[in-house]
Parts: sequence; C-alpha cells; structure tokens
Amino acid sequence: MISRRGILLKIGAVIFAAAVIYLWQLAADARLISPVFFPSPTRTWGAFLAMEERGDVWWPMASTALRMFYGWVLASLAGIVLGGAIARSGPVRAYLEPLLEFLRPLPASAIIPPAILFLGLTSKMAVTVIAFGALWPVLLGAYHGFRSVPPQLVEMAAAMRMKSMAFIWKVALPNALPDIFAGVRVSLAIALILAVVTEMQAAQTGLGFNILMAQRSFRSPELYAGTIVLGILGFFTNYALVRAEKHLLRWRTLTR
Amino acid sequence: MKLGRYRGALIPLVLIVLWELGAATGVLPPDTMSRPSEIVVAGWDALLDGSLLLATAQTFQTALIGLALGSCIGMVIGIFVGLSPILEGIIGPTLDTVRPIPAVALIPLALLIYGFGVRMEVLVITYATVWPVLIVTISAVRGIEPRLLEVAQTLEMPTFSRMRRIVLPAALARIAVGIRVSAGVALVVAVTVEIVLNPQGLGYGMIIAAQSLRPELMWAELLWVGFAGWAFNTLLSLIDRRWLRRYQPGGAEGR
Repeated sequence: MISRRGILLKIGAVIFAAAVIYLWQLAADARLISPVFFPSPTRTWGAFLAMEERGDVWWPMASTALRMFYGWVLASLAGIVLGGAIARSGPVRAYLEPLLEFLRPLPASAIIPPAILFLGLTSKMAVTVIAFGALWPVLLGAYHGFRSVPPQLVEMAAAMRMKSMAFIWKVALPNALPDIFAGVRVSLAIALILAVVTEMQAAQTGLGFNILMAQRSFRSPELYAGTIVLGILGFFTNYALVRAEKHLLRWRTLTR
Repeated sequence: MKLGRYRGALIPLVLIVLWELGAATGVLPPDTMSRPSEIVVAGWDALLDGSLLLATAQTFQTALIGLALGSCIGMVIGIFVGLSPILEGIIGPTLDTVRPIPAVALIPLALLIYGFGVRMEVLVITYATVWPVLIVTISAVRGIEPRLLEVAQTLEMPTFSRMRRIVLPAALARIAVGIRVSAGVALVVAVTVEIVLNPQGLGYGMIIAAQSLRPELMWAELLWVGFAGWAFNTLLSLIDRRWLRRYQPGGAEGR
C-alpha cells in the first residue's frame, strides 16, 4: 500500500516536472516574454548540444570544479584543525576567538578586492577566496563536534591514560565527524558559489565566466544551458558528499 | 594571568602594530598594504562625506527588499508543502533539482532581464533567500503538534483563519530562524552581486577603490562591511529575543 502510494507520488513528481518544462515551452512559444530573455527549452537544449560539440561544457565544468575542489579541501583541512584546536585548548581559544569572531561575519566575496590586489586576476586568487569563504562552516562544525565529546568518554580516556594525540584521533575526531560533515557540506555549496563569482570577476575559464560572456553577447539559450549545467554540478557534488558521509558514518547507525 | 580577558586583543594588536611599522619602513608594498593609520583616515573621510553611508543604504535596501520577497515566497510554498505530504512528493523533486543552482549563477540572467540596478540585485537575492526559509518552514509546519491541526479541523475553521490562528503561530518561532539565516545570506549576496558587476552599494565601492589604486579606502570599506554585517546580525538576534521568543513554547521546542 505504502509502496504503491510512493510510486504514485513518483509519477506525480515526474508529471509535475514535465508540466513545468512544458509550460516553459508554451510560454516561450507564445512569446509572453521576449525570447531575448526567455528562450524555450528546445532552444536551450539545442544550445547545450552545440556547446557540448564545441567542447564548451565539460572543460569549463572541470576547471570550475577543480578550483572549487582545491579551495574546499584547503578550507576543510584548515577548518578541522583550527576548530579542533579552539575547541580543545583554552589558550588557543582565548587568543584566537575574538579575531575569528570578527572575520566570520565578513561576506566572503568582500575579500575579493584585496585578494585581487595581492594575487592579481589569477587562479591562486580564486582558490584563496574560495578557501576563506568555505572555512567558516567547517570551523564551526568542527568546533561543536570537538566540544561535545561526552564527559564519560573524556573520563574513560583519562582513566586509560590515553595520550592526547590518541585521544584526538580515536575519540574526539570520530565524535566530531558528523558535525564536521554537516559543515563540509555547507562549505561545498559556498565553494561553488565563490568559484563562480571569482570566475566572473577575474575572467578565469569556467562555467561562471561562460555564462557571463553568453549574457554580454545576448546568447540567452547558452546562458540558460550554462546555468543549468552549474546546477547539475552543484547537485552531483552534493550527492557525492552525501554518499561519502553515509559510507564513512555507517558505524553510527550500527552503534545506535 | 595578567593579560586575562584581553588576550583576544593581543594578536590583532600585534598584527596592526607590525603592519603599521612594516608599511612605514617600506617593507610591505604600499600599493596593497596601506598603513592602518591611513585606513582609519580614509574610512573617516568616506564616513563624513556620506559616500559610505549612501552605499550602505543602497546595499541594505536591496538586501531587505530581496529578503522580504524571498521570505514570503519561501513561507507560502513551505506552508503548503509542509501541510501536505502529497504536494511535497509531487513538487519536492523539482525544487530539489532547482535548489543546487547557485544564486550567483543567476547574476547574468538577472542582468539580461533587468539591466543594472536595484531590480536585478533584488531578483538574485530573492532567489537566494527563498531556500533557507522554505526548508525551515517545511520542517516547522510538519513539526506542528498534530492535535492543534485536529482542533482546527473539528472547529471547521476556514483555510485562511486556520493558517492565521494555528499554523503560523505554531511555526513562527522556527520560521524566524530560517529568516535569520536568509538575512545573512541576503547581505552576502547583495555585496557579491555588487562586487561582480552591479554598480551600486558597498561591494561596488570596494571594487572601485581597489581598481583605482586606493587600497586604504578599500581596506576601510572592508572593515566597514564587516562591521555592518556584525551590526545587522546583532540587530536580528535582538529582534529575535525581544519579540519572537514569546511564540516559543517554553522548552517544548523539540530538536
């Protein structure tokens, strides 16, 4: 019964999505909005195929994804180390917390101008900005995770005279992993956003730059296609991370 | 310890003094790292001649319009989707497919439709702010005590007053959390759109200062943006504490 309902809902979902696309097509064909801004799905698909043939889909996508990935990895590593250090060490917290509290609410894109001054319009600049922006969710997640080690575990580790490195590695880090993953996922979304922004700002090759160029030359079907490809990139990177999380945290469901 | 609670100020202070000394002696390149004293002067001048305040007003105006629109859309869709699992099954997947499109990817599209100005920025901010409110609203509405909804059914309340009397008050506290998240997003997206291309507001001021080789003004504006963001956040949490806490059932707020 439930599964039948589920199947019906799935069919409904597909029909709804198809209806949205169909309405889009109808609205575009009827020229409710000027086709300059609002190409039909068929034209968008045609533009996608043309872009694909020219090699304008996968290469830009790869360079966007690569920059996003570098920045994200840097941010994740720095965030976990800093978050853990701040959470487990009083002095580090006292010295660093106010500085970080000031930097945190700063919109990540606001550091683009100084980053351009220092590093120029380069890939390095883009990765720096991405890493800075993506740092905070991981840092906060790691901080919460390392802070919330159950006191029983801390006592047990003390009773077993665990070395502090072993404690971090065997107790604190596994305990913090779910929170870290939550942060890392938010960071990934931010990294994609900043990858696109820095491309637009610094004319780096990539999907973001391509859609901006498509706009400047009023090639709206390509603009739509590029935007959708960006969405697909976001969807799949997030999906991959969710799968990785499920895999790495499978012990959690076993122990509970 | 002698330093006590001022330890947090130590590292920034040392950095600032080193920075000032380094810039004064020419160790640091003056075209990027202007001296902190110059930065303060530039910021003070910009504050006095009103340009900074005008830019701030522009940025916040667009951010707030976008936030208002985005929150309304998110709440309306969220309430309906939250109340009806069937509706969620049907339009949920479509929403999930659209959501990963990053807001900034819409900048070229918004520019194509509206050209430069407030409207294109509002469009991008609206899109960005819909999602946090939408997601929180769905889970808030779904978390409403089922007995409350049953009461509404028993009383045969019409849909509108059921929304107003039961659903909104019960879900408002958690929706407010989503709106707070969105408010932060709105400010960030506003500054981002301005940095990328919209010629108005704080972000544009920064990028122009950087491009016209006035690093001291750029740093001053960066500090100001940080301050404005912090002030905005503090204001929101004050509002939250002052007016919205009363909707929170004492301690019963699960999860």
